[in-house]
Amino acid sequence: MIEISKFIVGYLILQGAILSLIAAIGVIKLPDPYTRNHAASKNATLGIMSILIGVFLYFYFIHGEVNSRILLAILFIFITAPVAGHLISRAAYNSGVPLWKNSVQDDLKEAKEGKIENRSTD
Amino acid sequence: MAFQILLNVILAWIWMFLSSDYSTIAFFKGYFFGLLIIFVLRRFFHKRIYILSIIAILKLLWIFFIELIKANIDVLKVIFSPTSKVKPGIFSLETSLTEGWEITLLSNLITLTPGTLVIDISDDNKTLYIHAINIENVEQTKQDIKNTFEKAIKEVSH
Repeated sequence: MIEISKFIVGYLILQGAILSLIAAIGVIKLPDPYTRNHAASKNATLGIMSILIGVFLYFYFIHGEVNSRILLAILFIFITAPVAGHLISRAAYNSGVPLWKNSVQDDLKEAKEGKIENRSTD
Repeated sequence: MAFQILLNVILAWIWMFLSSDYSTIAFFKGYFFGLLIIFVLRRFFHKRIYILSIIAILKLLWIFFIELIKANIDVLKVIFSPTSKVKPGIFSLETSLTEGWEITLLSNLITLTPGTLVIDISDDNKTLYIHAINIENVEQTKQDIKNTFEKAIKEVSH
């Protein structure tokens, strides 16, 4: 039991570390803030969550201690990380950061321009 | 839903008083019998029995986790493929959800879905503007969002 649980804990922490590394590579490699945000908001979330689950299981199996603060931390990260990603990309868009040159479609720009025109005709 | 849960807890309390046994097991026994009573009297409530809502919430949580894992695999593919293949863009999505928390939940789900990230929500809360990392199969993505997430969220607030 203890041996198997050690493998599970090791796997989870390794997976979390690798996912965080991939998120970092993505932040460096991707071309514009919006695509970088994809890597940062998704991979970092799952990475930190797997590390925390690994830590929780480690303390549960090896020391027999249920640490509810870790579970709460997982919950908070799970709820707040996508909101943070949304707010950052929204702030970037509203302060006029351009999309990458290969971007195909921009419905939001049309919507905003349409709104400004409506206002000027009022 | 909250009213039914409160009623169930009160019934469990009454059970504890009737059997004058104030242990945890007595509480759970009373809770179980209270659940049976609520099930029998379900047509007197305005909403459906709350167990179904709890099942719907669990289903939604399950979708959350599965989509998070899928999204990670997807981003992994994007990062390790040549940059020239990436075709990002912003598309708009009409939503039929109305409550504030439903839209928040939907945009959280979309942000954790493969290849999509919510950028803005229109002032009348009817259109979501979503940044997609690969815009080629937008219609497919739209259909997926409509069929899985919106349905699951509506199921919760049913």
